[in-house]
Amino acid sequence: MKDVVLSNIHKTYKGRDIPALNDVSFETGEGELFGLIGPDGAGKTSLFRILTTLILPDSGCAKVCGKDVVNDYKEIRKIVGYMPGKFSLYQDLSVEENLNFFATVFNTSLKKNYDLIKDIYIQIEPFKKRRAGQLSGGMKQKLALCCALIHKPKVLFLDEPTTGVDAVSRKEFWGMLKALKEQGISILVSTPYMDEADLCDRIALIQNGKIMSIDTPHSITLNYPDPLYAVQSDQMGKLLHDLRNFREIKSCNAFGDYHHISFVSERKETGNELKDYLLKKDHSNIKLNAVAPGIEDCFIQLMDSE
Amino acid sequence: MSLHEVQKEKQIKSKMKQFLSFIKKEFLHVFRDSKTMLMLFGLPIAQITLFGFALTNEIKNSRIVVLDQAKDIASQEIVQKFEAGRQFTLDRTLNNPNQIEEAFRSGNLKLAILIPANFYEDLQHLHEAQIQIISDASDPNTANTLTTYASNILMDYQLELMQNAKLPMSIDTDIRMLYNPELKGATNFVPGVIALVLMLVCVLMTSVSIVREKERGTMEILLVSPFHPFLVILSKAVPYFILSLFNLGVIILMSVFLLDMPFNGPVWLLFAESGLFILTCLSVGLLISNSTKSQAAAMLISLMGMLIPTLLLAGFMFPLENMPWPLQLISNVVPAKWFYIIVKSIMVKGLGFAAIWKETLILFVMTILLLLISYKKFNIRLS
Repeated sequence: MKDVVLSNIHKTYKGRDIPALNDVSFETGEGELFGLIGPDGAGKTSLFRILTTLILPDSGCAKVCGKDVVNDYKEIRKIVGYMPGKFSLYQDLSVEENLNFFATVFNTSLKKNYDLIKDIYIQIEPFKKRRAGQLSGGMKQKLALCCALIHKPKVLFLDEPTTGVDAVSRKEFWGMLKALKEQGISILVSTPYMDEADLCDRIALIQNGKIMSIDTPHSITLNYPDPLYAVQSDQMGKLLHDLRNFREIKSCNAFGDYHHISFVSERKETGNELKDYLLKKDHSNIKLNAVAPGIEDCFIQLMDSE
Repeated sequence: MSLHEVQKEKQIKSKMKQFLSFIKKEFLHVFRDSKTMLMLFGLPIAQITLFGFALTNEIKNSRIVVLDQAKDIASQEIVQKFEAGRQFTLDRTLNNPNQIEEAFRSGNLKLAILIPANFYEDLQHLHEAQIQIISDASDPNTANTLTTYASNILMDYQLELMQNAKLPMSIDTDIRMLYNPELKGATNFVPGVIALVLMLVCVLMTSVSIVREKERGTMEILLVSPFHPFLVILSKAVPYFILSLFNLGVIILMSVFLLDMPFNGPVWLLFAESGLFILTCLSVGLLISNSTKSQAAAMLISLMGMLIPTLLLAGFMFPLENMPWPLQLISNVVPAKWFYIIVKSIMVKGLGFAAIWKETLILFVMTILLLLISYKKFNIRLS
C-alpha cells in the first residue's frame, strides 16, 4: 500500500498570484524514507500542511494511509506524527513535561512507547528537568522528534528538521531516521540541504511549487545529461567570471572549492582550449578534472532547463 | 455492561485525562510566567489601592489651622470636634491673624478657622456668634467640599448647644445620603473595579494565551492530534475561570476590610453572578483569539475594544444618565454595565436575586451568543 498519495495538488494562497503548489503528484511507499528537496519558498511547508490536514488544497486529491486529507482529517490526525519547521514545543515546560503532555494528548504514555523513542530519549534524558527553551538546537530537535513519535505514528512528517542545526547533530539526526525506518515507520522529510538527499530512499526535487524530478538519488544523478568537470585556479572569483565568458561553456556554477562546468559540445580539444584561454586571462595553478554530478548539480540543471 | 459500553466509558475516561492534562499545562504556563502572574495578582491589588487611596474623590486628613482668640469652652469644643473627624487634621494653632496668610503660603494648608474673642459670651447673651472659615480656593472643588464639611461640623455643634439650652431649634437641615451616608468613594468604585479586573484578566489573558499557541506554532501540533481543537480552547478557559474567582475573593476582602466597603447581600449570589460575568468575558476572549493572529493584535483589541468601553460606558466613572443617547444605547452592549448594576445591588443595596434577574438574563444571553459565534468561527485548520 502507498502511504502517501498526492495527485494534481494545486494551492494558491489568498492575495498571491504565484501558486504555492502547482500540479504536484507523487506517491511514497510503505516504510520509505522519502525526501523533499528544495530551496526556501519552494512549497515544501505547504505540501506538509496539506498532508497533515492543516490547510486545504485548491484542487487535487491527497491521501495518507488511504484516508483523504479533506474528509477523513480526523482519522489522519490520529495516525501521523508531525514536526513543523519551527520549533513548536512549550519552551516554558520541561523536557519531561512536554513529553508527558504530548503523550496524553495522543492517548498514550511515555512508558507505553518507550521502546520507540528510547535511543533518542536517552540522549536528552539527563536534561529532563530542564525547560525546553533552554536546550541547545540539536537537543530541541531531538525532543521535538520524541514528541512527534510518542504515539507510534504510521507516517512521520518532518518539515526541515535539520535547518539551523550543526553538522554533527544533523548527521546524528539522519542516523535516527534510518533507525526509525527500520521500525516500519514511513517518513516524509524535507530539507534545503542537497547533501542530505543521498540519505533518502527516494527524493522529489521541488522548485517554485513544481516537482522537477522524482527518483532515487542515484538515478537522478545518473540522468545528468552532460559530462561534468571541476575547475580550480588561484583566483576563484575571477575564474567564475572568465569561465562564463568562454564560448564553449554550457553551465558554470560555484561549488565550494571548485566551479562545476559542462560544455556545449563534447570535443576532445575543448579542455585544452579552455586551459589556454584561462592562462591568457592570467590564471595560474589551473586544475580541470572530470567529476560525477551530485544532486545539487542535477537540481541546478533542472532549474535552468525549466 | 456490554463491550460497547465498556469501550465508551474507556473513551470518556481518556478524554477526561487529556482535558485534565491540558488544564495542568495551562496552570504551569501561568505560574511560570512572571508577567502573567503580575498581571493576574498585581493588577487587582494595584487597582484597589489606586482607586481606594489615591484616586478617590473623598477628601481626608486635610490640614487646617485654628486661630482661637476666644479660648473659652465653646471655642475649645469646636476645635476638638474638628480634630475628631477624619476629614481634618489640626496642623497648629495660631496666635496672630497676620500668621494666617503666611500659613497658607508656606504649605499645603486647606482651611483656617478663626474664632473671635468673646465667642462663648456672644453666643450666650446675643444668641449669635461668628466664626470665619478661610479656605484655599485655588482648587475650588476641594475648597467647596471642605467648607461644607466644616459648616456641617459647626451646625452639629450649634444643635447640641441648643438642645442643652432647651431653646426652640431654629436650624434644621436634614441631609441624608442614601446607601452611602458618609459619601464613601468605595461603594461607587469597588463594583467598578471588580468588573474591570475580571474583564481585563479574562478577556486579555485568554485571548493572548490562545493566540500565543498560534504564534509559537504549538497550535499546529495540537491540531494534528486526536484531541478536538475546541477543547484545547475550552481548557484554556478553566484555569482563568478559577484564578478569576480567586481574584474576586481578594478584591472583596481588600475592599471590605481595608476600605470599609459594605457587603449587605448574600455572598454566594455575588460569586454566582461573578461566575456568569467571567464566562461572558471568557467568551469575548475566545472570540477575539479566533479572529486575531498575533499576541499584539489580541492585546490591542482586548484593551481598546473592552477596557475603554468598560471604563467609560459601564457607569462607574461617568454617570450614564448624563450621556447623549447614542452612547447610552451603545452602553447596553457593554457587559460590564450590567454586571456593575448587579454588584452594586448585591453589595451596597443588599438586594436578592429577584431584583437583578433581568440583568442576569441579559448577561446570560450575551454569553450564549458569544460562545455560539466563537464556536462557529472556530477553525479546525490553520486559517
